[in-house]
Amino acid sequence: MAEVLVLAELDPAGGGVRKTTLEALTAARALGEPSAVVIAAPGTAGGVKDALAEYGAAKVYVAEAPEVDEYLVAPKAEVLAQLVADKSPAAVVIPSSPEGKEIAARLAIKTGSGFLTDVTEIAADGTAMQVAFAGQTIVHSKVATGTPIYTLRGNSVTPEPAPAAGTEESVAVSVSEQAKQARVVDRVVEQKSSRPELTEASIVVSGGRGVASAENFKIIEELADALGGAVGASRAAVDSGFYPHTFQVGQTGKTVSPQLYVAVGISGAIQHRAGMQTSKTIVAINKDPEAPIFELADFGVVGDLNTIVPQATELITARKG
Amino acid sequence: MNIVVLVKQVPDSGTERKLDPADNTVARASADNVINEMDEYAIEEALTVKEAQGGEVTVLTVGPDSATDAIRKALSMGADKAVHVSDEAIHGSDAVQISAVLAAALQQLEYDLILCGAEATDSQMSVMPALLSERLGIPQLSGARKLTVEGGTARIERQTDGGYWAVEAPLPAIVSTWDTINEPRYPSFKGIMAAKKKPVETKSLADLGLDASAVGLANATTQVLDFAGRPPKGEGVKVPDEGDGAQKFVDFLASQKIV
Ligand SMILES: Cc1cc2nc3c(=O)[nH]c(=O)nc-3n(C[C@H](O)[C@H](O)[C@H](O)COP(=O)(O)OP(=O)(O)OC[C@H]3O[C@@H](n4cnc5c(N)ncnc54)[C@H](O)[C@@H]3O)c2cc1C
Ligand SMILES: Cc1cc2nc3c(=O)[nH]c(=O)nc-3n(C[C@H](O)[C@H](O)[C@H](O)COP(=O)(O)OP(=O)(O)OC[C@H]3O[C@@H](n4cnc5c(N)ncnc54)[C@H](O)[C@@H]3O)c2cc1C
Repeated sequence: MAEVLVLAELDPAGGGVRKTTLEALTAARALGEPSAVVIAAPGTAGGVKDALAEYGAAKVYVAEAPEVDEYLVAPKAEVLAQLVADKSPAAVVIPSSPEGKEIAARLAIKTGSGFLTDVTEIAADGTAMQVAFAGQTIVHSKVATGTPIYTLRGNSVTPEPAPAAGTEESVAVSVSEQAKQARVVDRVVEQKSSRPELTEASIVVSGGRGVASAENFKIIEELADALGGAVGASRAAVDSGFYPHTFQVGQTGKTVSPQLYVAVGISGAIQHRAGMQTSKTIVAINKDPEAPIFELADFGVVGDLNTIVPQATELITARKG
Repeated sequence: MNIVVLVKQVPDSGTERKLDPADNTVARASADNVINEMDEYAIEEALTVKEAQGGEVTVLTVGPDSATDAIRKALSMGADKAVHVSDEAIHGSDAVQISAVLAAALQQLEYDLILCGAEATDSQMSVMPALLSERLGIPQLSGARKLTVEGGTARIERQTDGGYWAVEAPLPAIVSTWDTINEPRYPSFKGIMAAKKKPVETKSLADLGLDASAVGLANATTQVLDFAGRPPKGEGVKVPDEGDGAQKFVDFLASQKIV
């Protein structure tokens, strides 16, 4: 069976592989037999090998060296390009994080290939699906030149276990001077929240301009906590200083695709929809019955968020007893 | 300090955007075209660096003739001059091909710093700094929410999920900017008038020494096979809050087995 390289994305906090990697391994199986590639600081691969094997990695290529962590993106792309040259895989699948897309871009130039970003599905014939223009358009596309390179958008494929051998093969790493120009001098975590990570949460409660103040975002947080979800915000809420930018959902913020998205005091501008349109169930709370957010809501309540949200929090908390 | 800012014209992201069924490319002719909003932050950053350290800001665009509107906007904000690469043969090019055109145009310019937006709002690819870094052999500092340029070194705060990475590299370098980096200025009346007289050099592929076979729909490294509008969602339920809105909301969540 054809070999497909899957670049593993690791949790920067040391929590193993990210779910996006398991999704990429699952999607890659449509094209052939996945081999996982771990490019990381020394001592990383040991902790993630089992998970990679469980989700279908027949092989695990381990390329460990301090340089791949000390410099931005370029060294990882070099190592991956070397593997592509050695193994001639049928395709390369990479999780669609900012870094993943940049690695894909560099790999495309190095290998003389085309690349598709943010694909949501890959078919056996190599055709991929992309969702464009804030979810308004669905596109089928394919790579016409070289080794097809895909970046897979998070939350578009459900990870499915498919236990495989996970045979480890270590890869010698040599990084060129050229790739050692952009040095990462510090990694700073500013917001540490006890809530689930926004892009991975299965429930997201977002507040918009209608929430009206930073203090009042408390009612959004309380509803999110009652539901065990993450908190999001519209750009208007962020620009007004109600909530930090890290939590912005939309075109220039995060893309989320949870089981449940609750939009509170958000009108539903196209740029906001761009980040939440593919949520499975959407609920809107808005005092304006004409707000465009209702067009995509499965359930909408027309009324004042200041009364509805705290009441809902109380009812949910009571149900949980 | 010679600064080049990459500027792309895109269909307004607040409107309904379409692909053209004739060849599956972005329907630009019928669209409400604007400067890519993200590029305004790159222009503002370029002007800030120039104001502090002196130098010249050149705008570089690859796009159809109508893209001059985006160039004028950049010039009216305060950029000094522009290069507009326009050639029928470029129509339908993908990211790999556009990066080849931008790289060729950049090689004809002098630059210490290249700035661009963190993403184009039409494609949302966020790949241009990586592609150009690879082609030009200069470092990539992408996704900046803060930039400092000092003594031949550029340093950014690269925006991440829960904070930032501090990354630095020697000049020349390519830096992309998010909308958290600054507040772009509005063009003044004086700026708008002055922009009309600023030099805009138009270049063809031949001027860049590129062959038509390097670009265009027929030679693209990726192909759009077909497209369709997303199927509309079925009508949802909308209830007025008559004191029982919260209860109905929670009942709905229960019916979906969410609570
Ligand atoms: C290039 C570009 C990128 C953008 N990127 C993003 C992005 O990433 N994310 C994003 O969100 N936006 C983005 N925007 C902005 C977007 O166009 C909208 O301006 C923004 O989403 C509006 O936020 P909002 O819905 O909170 O505010 P508004 O549109 O002002 O809506 C507020 C809503 O709250 C309701 N309301 C007010 N008071 C109450 C109350 N007491 N009870 C109930 N309801 C109430 C109102 O009826 C209204 O519908 C972008 C814009 C551009 C040009
Ligand atoms: C919905 C959609 C999906 C697409 N998917 C793919 C894909 O998967 N693979 C692929 O190869 N192509 C794809 N394309 C085509 C690709 O987006 C265009 O070829 C584009 O010009 C390449 O850059 P970008 O805008 O995507 O770059 P981005 O990396 O998103 O743009 C970053 C910055 O680069 C600068 N820039 C980009 N283009 C230009 C330009 N023409 N002139 C000057 N500066 C510029 C701007 O400063 C911009 O802010 C897609 C296009 C669309 C509309």
